[in-house]
Amino acid sequence: MSHDRSTNGQPLTDREQSLEFLRQMLRIRRFEEKSAELYSAQKIRGFLHLYIGEEAVAVGVAGGLNKDDALVATYREHGHAMVKGMAMNTIMAEMYGKVTGCCRGRGGSMHLFDAEHRLYGGNAIVGGGLPVAVGLALADQLQKNHRVTCCCFGEGAMAEGEFHEALNLAALWHLPVLFVCENNYYAMGTALIRSEAVVDLPSKAASYGVETATVDGMDVIAVAEAAQQAASQVRQNGGPFFLECRTYRFRPHSMFDPELYRSKQEVEGWKQRCPIESLIRRIREKGWIDDSRLGELEGAVAAEIAAAVDYAEQSPWESLEELTRFVYSESEVR
Amino acid sequence: MAEQMRTITYRDAVREGLREALQKDERVFLMGEDVGRYGGCFAASKGLLEEFGPERVRDTPLSESTFTGAGIGAALGGMRPIVEIMTVNFSLLALDQIMNNAATYLHMSGGLFNVPLVIRMATGGGKQLAAQHSHSLEGWYAHIPGIKVLCAATLEDARGMLWGALLDPDPVLLFEPSVLYAMEGELAVDAGAVDIAGARLHHEGRDLTLITYGSCLYKCLDAAEQLEVSGISCDVIDLRSLRPLDEESFFTSVAKTHRALIVDEGWRSGSLAAEISARIMENAFYELDAPVERICSVEVPMPYAKHMEEAALPQVKTIVETARRMIHG
Ligand SMILES: Cc1ncc(C[n+]2csc(CCOP(=O)(O)OP(=O)(O)O)c2C)c(N)n1
Repeated sequence: MSHDRSTNGQPLTDREQSLEFLRQMLRIRRFEEKSAELYSAQKIRGFLHLYIGEEAVAVGVAGGLNKDDALVATYREHGHAMVKGMAMNTIMAEMYGKVTGCCRGRGGSMHLFDAEHRLYGGNAIVGGGLPVAVGLALADQLQKNHRVTCCCFGEGAMAEGEFHEALNLAALWHLPVLFVCENNYYAMGTALIRSEAVVDLPSKAASYGVETATVDGMDVIAVAEAAQQAASQVRQNGGPFFLECRTYRFRPHSMFDPELYRSKQEVEGWKQRCPIESLIRRIREKGWIDDSRLGELEGAVAAEIAAAVDYAEQSPWESLEELTRFVYSESEVR
Repeated sequence: MAEQMRTITYRDAVREGLREALQKDERVFLMGEDVGRYGGCFAASKGLLEEFGPERVRDTPLSESTFTGAGIGAALGGMRPIVEIMTVNFSLLALDQIMNNAATYLHMSGGLFNVPLVIRMATGGGKQLAAQHSHSLEGWYAHIPGIKVLCAATLEDARGMLWGALLDPDPVLLFEPSVLYAMEGELAVDAGAVDIAGARLHHEGRDLTLITYGSCLYKCLDAAEQLEVSGISCDVIDLRSLRPLDEESFFTSVAKTHRALIVDEGWRSGSLAAEISARIMENAFYELDAPVERICSVEVPMPYAKHMEEAALPQVKTIVETARRMIHG
């Protein structure tokens, strides 16, 4: 079963919710714009994968999750970390490589982890997080925790064997995993049509008996509704669900990408559908926001980011004496 | 009072270890290909499905990467999974999960997430299973920081290492040499968990240190007996843990015997034997009266024909000859 969903054109119903979605998307957008700047200034190094253009997916999906649900993400996960509840400070400090970062500077941009908010990485192996998500859900099933494990991945991961193994196992064992495919149509420079013989992505999940839905990933309200339904279905039935969010990344794959594989017109076309601008348009039509309120929102976000940058700047580096820590546990867990 | 002993096979000792773990800790479960209805490809888990039920003895599809990754996730989620991979050759399909996830999570997360997972698998040659079922790749795994690598050579360890591994907060790979499953011997009636750290000295001597692990232990013990007759006495060390290495065990022995011969079923180039040799050179060079020597598998994919396979693997005769040459020149 597959549903195609978009709410564009339909009236918004919840003012607070809409404004909160806007705020969350702005936080991600501005945080990443700042990150790109800091990358050019060589404050942030390594790989940096921006989520700009795709914000509605993480924000909407998080809208369907409970606080104690787990999230497994990819290297493009700044937004996921934020919507899961992590503070910007700790994320920015991690990207600086500072000891105050969420992973003490051991992970960097691609490996954000947080125990309190149940973020199980930032995985930089395409497809590598899917089996782990299946296992987290298995642990919940065995311990009778009524929680959902949400696993986000790009459409590129669907060509990996681990995708197929993981969907089969989750379906076979009826595990509570919400698989979210962030289909931005490109895996680095490889277009979906150049990597998949069948580009109908939900049909692959459906072939394992998994229920699916497709949603307009540029429409945060639609994503939130779809995610809400999908997650509650997972919670009620226990079994997995596959949600395809159709989206687009406005920026290069990482900071080293001349974008030879797509046209400027194509990118411009998608930018017309910017999830933030379109939400603002709709909220304005409702009269829920005006320039001054929007200015306040932007101001608060800018202040939060400035504080995070300041925090990262002021934070110390981990002492080199600590280099070999965290290879093995320092205490018994039992 | 003498310990009460009984005769048992290695396979049954492994099964006792599994049963004990499943009984002692509700968080423990076993999963892998054919561990349940089939009883385990080496019959190590026979009867456990009937005893503990399908929730705790879980047959998986042929998806090494995903059931290993699911073990990682379940460990993160509060369980204590035992993942069984039929043989080390198939573990290569799960290498991504073992290397990129299990071994790295604790470090990448800055100490937030440890992975208390045990992965068991069979290893080694000697059964004419040819080039895709016979290799000894545990030395590769011993290259990886973040995991521990054990090899159970004895009945005590087959019986007791599993619980020791489950007590560890980090991922442990437990290797079982497939030629040993049918081995029968004496084991204390009340044998139980063993400490997984540290090597064990099996035979004491003055003239030469034989350093080994896994099924080559028995070849070394045979060789030591033969050498004893001709007046050469050997220390025989079973490493037990390949990562971390109990290097003190062989430094101490070499300080006594001044000669070391390493017997390792892995291939010679880039082997565990090479690592041990380097450590002796770095730390005990002035104790040596002769260069360290190594007997490893011949660098060829394992052939099927019996005589060829025997020629490819370390053998007692070669150990004896090499030892004699090292002592008498
Ligand atoms: C197993 C693996 N192969 C290749 C890569 C290199 N790589 C990093 S991202 C990427 C594209 C992935 O595309 P997709 O899954 O669609 O996610 P997106 O980057 O579009 O968010 C590739 C090929 C990798 N990290 N892991």
